[in-house]
Amino acid sequence: MPTLFDKIWDAHVVDRLEDGTAILYIDRHLIHEVTSPQAFEGLRVAGRRLRRPQATFAVVDHNVPTTDRAVPIEEPESRHQIETLERNVAEFGVPYFPLRSPEQGIVHIVGPEQGLSLPGMTIVCGDSHTSTHGALGALAFGIGTSEVEHVMATQTLLQKPALNMRVSVEGVVAPGVAAKDVMLAIIGRIGTAGGTGHVIEFAGSAIRGLDMAGRMTICNMSIEAGARAGLVAPDDITFDYVRGRPFAPKGEAFDQAVAYWRTLVSDADARFDRVVELDAADIAPLVTWGTSPEDVVAITARVPDPAEAADEAKRVQMQRMLDYMGLVPGQRLSQVPVDAVFIGSCTNGRIEDMRAAASVLKGRRVAAGVRAMVVPGSGLVKAQAEQEGLDRIFLDAGFEWREAGCSMCLGMNPDKLSPGQRCASTSNRNFEGRQGPGGRTHLLSPAMAAAAAVTGRLTDVRELIR
Amino acid sequence: MTPFTTLTAIAAPLPEANVDTDKIIPSRFLKTTQRSGLGRYAFDAMRYHPDGSERPDFVLNRAPYRAAEILIAHENFGCGSSREHAPWALLDFGIRCVIAPSFADIFHNNCFKNGILPIRLPREICDRLMQDASAGANSRLVVDLERQIVVRPDGEEIAFEVDALRRRLLLEGLDDIGQTLRHAEAIDRFEAGRPAWMQGTTL
Ligand code: SF4
Repeated sequence: MPTLFDKIWDAHVVDRLEDGTAILYIDRHLIHEVTSPQAFEGLRVAGRRLRRPQATFAVVDHNVPTTDRAVPIEEPESRHQIETLERNVAEFGVPYFPLRSPEQGIVHIVGPEQGLSLPGMTIVCGDSHTSTHGALGALAFGIGTSEVEHVMATQTLLQKPALNMRVSVEGVVAPGVAAKDVMLAIIGRIGTAGGTGHVIEFAGSAIRGLDMAGRMTICNMSIEAGARAGLVAPDDITFDYVRGRPFAPKGEAFDQAVAYWRTLVSDADARFDRVVELDAADIAPLVTWGTSPEDVVAITARVPDPAEAADEAKRVQMQRMLDYMGLVPGQRLSQVPVDAVFIGSCTNGRIEDMRAAASVLKGRRVAAGVRAMVVPGSGLVKAQAEQEGLDRIFLDAGFEWREAGCSMCLGMNPDKLSPGQRCASTSNRNFEGRQGPGGRTHLLSPAMAAAAAVTGRLTDVRELIR
Repeated sequence: MTPFTTLTAIAAPLPEANVDTDKIIPSRFLKTTQRSGLGRYAFDAMRYHPDGSERPDFVLNRAPYRAAEILIAHENFGCGSSREHAPWALLDFGIRCVIAPSFADIFHNNCFKNGILPIRLPREICDRLMQDASAGANSRLVVDLERQIVVRPDGEEIAFEVDALRRRLLLEGLDDIGQTLRHAEAIDRFEAGRPAWMQGTTL
């Protein structure tokens, strides 16, 4: 009667401490430039070695410019951080995709793309969106830098088991509704703290019917629902995706792996601490109006009124959010003008996302005064899109076509909003200042972002695909 | 790590829910390769005007809260990004304890690794402590990890729960890695038993 989570967990417990805390074995450790330097430094100071460099993989993504890669990085601090990573991976023998390699990209796009992330694995990274890799049926979660150092030194983590939650989405979504909308609907339902302490297994026909890109979008935002991790049981869609990837097992080893991976499903009588059910048919294209991902409504709806809040604290908070976002209660979301459009991030930076946006943009132009950019999730996504001619569609429409990286998802490199600017964004966080101090973020799907670029306001993409 | 035993300190009220780690320290300050010196960026957008001058109404800019070592907040404190820069910034500012009705998991974990004690207490108790904190310098709270109690200025003792292992590590100021490495043999054995295709091979 174990759940999928229980099975992966049990297969990785090395030992238990006196109070039941598990020493959990980690199969794959992904690292990047922002959260690793202090961990390497800690190893050095303590005179410790990195236990398994070959189970570790490094990329640069958060702090890299997404403009011309031929020129040196202008910002001295960013350059220093990247040079520090390069020194560290050389010293400790960690495999690495340098900035100018064709495979460089966002860690959560690169892992699955390269077959570094596989079903049944435990995967960690010093980044909360490590939950993305759960789409493969792996237990994948974000850790802090002290834990990064712990994994480097011991290839394990000290962990208490999580609670089990199942979120089932049954049925078929309407045309124009994307995986992003499904996940925003789930977060809107359970709230940003709804998954705290839990690992969420996403199930139901609407999830099973998704391709890997869609499953990754869903698992990516598990953290926005407060969960420790998200999971989808691996199936033939997963195995077909993994087959032939550079770091995936090959030949007989692959067949052995698949035989094991097929056992990775929750038993029929598995017990979940919490079960949530949604009907796919009820989900419309969604957009956030506030500064937390749970503040989400259908694009056809109006900005909610704080006067209708459940209590005074909530009312004050809503009012603050509306002030920050520059919105008034009762305003139609579809009449809110945007200044910028960002398509990319580990939520929606895959080739399927590029295709979805391009299909809306084809033969259309970005509205006057709107700055629109596409930042592919990896160099390989970019190359694939160019091969399919998608770059032409974006460029002809008036989008900027960028190099791979996190870019305007977190406003760490020069791609940022200015105070008061409003952005339709396919990323995952609409926190105050996330995309630049004073910037206003509306989260939505790639097709919805493309629609907003064309009309210059938040727009129901269904009007453009009819 | 500095051990955490008993803390008698000024508590600052921050009556907000969902204080995310971008708010605790915005991403543009994550370019450092060090752990120290982040205190001046803590709560940057709430604490400073865009021109760098202080916002006089923000709690940590007011006396006596500039010297606060305890922070009291509402639900889901520390949500969002996994950045350990958030506890580093709090610690560098001087915060050793955060009390809230709930915390996001990764932040909660990161606190313990840095000698910060996160305490979960029901909302109505947090609200009472929030009132105590609002009384300023005359109102010090005592956080006693040994006895697992918070003592209000009026002497009332409030018990809190904390994971036994984490409590011990915090009391002793112990590093987890040393603790885990005592199990090195078990890790070796486990690793040797992994199937080849799961060995994380790099080709
Ligand atoms: S794309 Fe955004 S959310 Fe994803 S890893 Fe980069 S900064 Fe984090």
